[in-house]
This record gives sequence, structure tokens and C-alpha cells, in this order.
Amino acid sequence: MTLPSNKIWFFTIVGCCLPLLWLIVDIAANNLGGNPIQALHIRLGDWALRFLWITLAITPLQTVTKWRGMTDYRQLLGLCAFFYATLHLLVYLVVDQGMMWQAIAVDILESPYIWFGVLAYLIIFALAITSPKFAKKQMGKNWKKLHRLIYFASVAAIIHYFWQLKGNLAEPVMYLVLLALLLGFRVLVWLKNAKFTKMMIPKGRN
Amino acid sequence: MLIKTESEIPASEITDPLIFKERRTIIKALLAMGITGAAMPVALANNQKPKWQNLAHDNLSNLALPPTPAELVKNYTNYYEFSLNKEDSTSLAQTLRTDPWSVEISGEVEKPGTYHLEDILRQQTLQERIYRFRCVEAWSMVVPWVGFSLGNLLKTVKPLSTAKFVKFTTVHQPDVMQNQRNQAILEWPYIEGLRIDEAMHPLTMLAIGMYGDILPKQNGAPLRLVVPWKYGFKSIKAIVKIELLKKPPLTSWNKSAPREYGFYANVNPAVSHPRWSQSSERQLGSSFFTPRRQTELFNGYGAQVASLYRDMDLEHFF
Repeated sequence: MTLPSNKIWFFTIVGCCLPLLWLIVDIAANNLGGNPIQALHIRLGDWALRFLWITLAITPLQTVTKWRGMTDYRQLLGLCAFFYATLHLLVYLVVDQGMMWQAIAVDILESPYIWFGVLAYLIIFALAITSPKFAKKQMGKNWKKLHRLIYFASVAAIIHYFWQLKGNLAEPVMYLVLLALLLGFRVLVWLKNAKFTKMMIPKGRN
Repeated sequence: MLIKTESEIPASEITDPLIFKERRTIIKALLAMGITGAAMPVALANNQKPKWQNLAHDNLSNLALPPTPAELVKNYTNYYEFSLNKEDSTSLAQTLRTDPWSVEISGEVEKPGTYHLEDILRQQTLQERIYRFRCVEAWSMVVPWVGFSLGNLLKTVKPLSTAKFVKFTTVHQPDVMQNQRNQAILEWPYIEGLRIDEAMHPLTMLAIGMYGDILPKQNGAPLRLVVPWKYGFKSIKAIVKIELLKKPPLTSWNKSAPREYGFYANVNPAVSHPRWSQSSERQLGSSFFTPRRQTELFNGYGAQVASLYRDMDLEHFF
């Protein structure tokens, strides 16, 4: 590593905040189009999804580039996905629905695409609160098991995304393909390891 | 036929104080100009005089409804022939050729033919009608349309008793409509349909304008349908063909996703889209933290149209 790590931290944190700043500028400049509430909601959702994908990209990138320092930033990126997902949810509850809880209940019950959003959020929420180092220590082996749920969260998130669409497929398909690559990588690694383990078992013993 | 609109105004219909204040300001400004002798409506649109300034409002209008700011309506259109992006259609649609325009009326009628739009308009008295427009995507706006009842046009071509349905077709101009050219999204040209009694209903109108002016191209110029109690996709744009049929036509969205978009497509908060709720809608122009509006059965036009669907299971005929 040539860059000092505190600089990388700085740029990563700035990078995580940029989409929010950009959004605030657009709100202030009244630049969100004819349906600003929906635009705000969608853009926050998009960024939650993007940061989730970036978080999932860390392990494959590290394997390919052999650059070992990346896992340090994975937690931050994951928390960033959680941050945007939380804003996405809050905009829905407060800015869009005006905290009319009965209307919100009806909307959620009648909208299957929201169920998947809720599922994805619950998982990411659990990962976020168990993210600190002491939680990791305390949970031991269970921590890794729990944090593997990020794969389910990403699948729930992409279903949530696809199920509210009417016609526009170009961008969603791009995210779907990226997710397939990201998860496909894990499957390959898993298959490779399984094969390797099999080879390790001495012949004639089973 | 005289159809009374309900006069009762629910609390949700009361104008947002902010918008009210804004409007007061506009009215004051206009009054001030009037006093100083300046020409009043000049400030309204692109410094051009609106085409129709004092059109009669008929009793079909929801006069209590505050119209959505025109700029929003002009820049928020689902015109999939041009783009999936509601804002992009505004510029893309300007290439559409709308003059001259004629409409072919055929099928189960005594006087089929191809009629020039001017000749059609010469026989009609234009009215302004303020209708709520509810999209299947759960947003709504209030638009002052300029036009006439479709039924008045259909009467001039004398439908036969065998005419049970009406099929509408949008123009096919693949050279300027990029998604028609690429055969993307839906099968083109766009097709919509109504049952004959829906088509003859006085609320059902053909619009040639909005906000006192000629219809912008992205909003369906030069001639579009407006059926206020149905989801917006029924209100087909740029109509070139009207056919009266014995059988129901296969409409574009119904053909593309029959489970999701029915032939009737009546606004109904109790019948969800398979993937999202229709119980509420975002009103365009409403500010942040304003709760969504509770969607009404038949978009609030139940008093006028509910009788068309008597004894029908609205869940089945969605």
C-alpha cells in the first residue's frame, strides 16, 4: 500500500457522503422533477443498493487484485448501505406517507414489492447493529453466520427493485447482472473449496 | 344530459395553504396588471396568449379542484413511444407531426370515413373540464382539459346497434417515435378500448387542449382521450383511428401484462395492482411531508359512473 491509510479512510468517508450532499443540493435547487418525493425516495434506494453491491464486491476484488487492505473498508461501506437504506425508509414513512400509520399498513400489506424491501432492511439492520468489534468478538462463530445473510438481503433488495417497475428495465438488469456476478463468484469459490476438500480426503476411506 | 357533480368537498380536497397563498399572489399580480391596464394573461404561457381564454366550464368539471401547476403536467408524461422517462418525452415529442391530422372512424357505424380534425372540431363546442387524472403508478394530478364529449362525435357517425365496443389507435410514426422504431416495450401502435356505454358517457372526452391552450405534443396532441374514472393509460394519446366493434379490442397493456392491467382499469382503491397498492396516491405538486391522498372508487366519479358497472365484480373485471 502506497497511500497512507488515514487518507484512504478520508476519501472513503467523503465518497460515502457525496450522494447525500448531491441530493441535498438537488432538493435545495428544486431539481428533483415533477414528483420530487418519489425522486428522493428512489435515489436513496438506488444508493442503498449501490453501496450494498460495492460491499459485496470487496471480497472478489481482493481475491482478484491480491490487495489485502480492503476488508478494513468493508464495514464502512456496509454501514453506508445501511445509512442510505434507513434514509430511504424514513423518506417513505415520513416525507411520503406523512406518518399516517394506518395508510402505511395498508400500503405495505397490499404491495408485495415492499415486503422484500422490509426483509432486506431487517437483515441489513441486524448486520449494522452487530457491526461493532465488540459484538463481533462476543458472537464468535455466529457472527460470520449472521453476516452471510447479506446474500439474502441483496437478493431481497433486487426483487424489491424489480417488482415495482412498470417498463424501464435497462438499469435494473444491469444491477441484476452485477449481483449475479458477485454471488456467482461466491458459488465458484464454494465449489472450488468443496472439490479441494474432496481431494484432501484420502482415497479408500469412505 | 345533465349530470350533477357532488358539491360536498372533503377536507382532503381543501387547497394546501401554500398553494393557496401562491395563487393569491398570482391573482393579485394579475389584478394589479389589470388596474394598470396591462394585458392580463400575457404572463401565463411563453408570453403567448392562450388560445382559449373564456371557455365555458360545464357542469362536468370538478371546479373545487385546484389544478396542478401546468409546468408539472407538461413535464411528467408517460409517452412510451418516445421514452420511459417522464421528463424526456417533453423534448422528444416535439418532432411528432400533428398537422395536418385526420381521424379514421370505421366499423359498426352508418357513416364511416376519414375526417380532418378541423372538420371534426367545426361540429363541436369546446368546453373546459377540470378532471382528476389518476395514474396506475399511484400518482395523480388535476388538469383543466379543453375538448368535447366523445359521445358527441360518435353520434355524428351514427353507431349501429351492433357497436358494443370502441377501439382507439395511436399514430404510427416510427421515424420520430424511437420506441416504435426499435419495437421496444410494447407492441405498437398503442391500442386502447372502451365499452360503448363508457364511450358514450358524457364524462368521457376527447381533448385538444389543456390550461386554455393547445395540447402540448408530449401530452397527446393533437387529439387524445380522457376518461377520468379510469387509470391514465386508458386515456390514449395522438389518436388516428376510432373503430366501433362488436367484440372487445385487445388493448396494449392488457396484451402485454394481462394479470396486471385489465380492460376496464377503473380506479379502485380496493383492487390492488398485483405488485403494489392502489389505496393511495401522490398528488403532483404537493409538498414534502404531505401525506398521500386516499384514492377514491372511480377516482371520485362514482356518482356519475357507478351505474355502468352495476352487478359487476370489480375485482374480476379489473
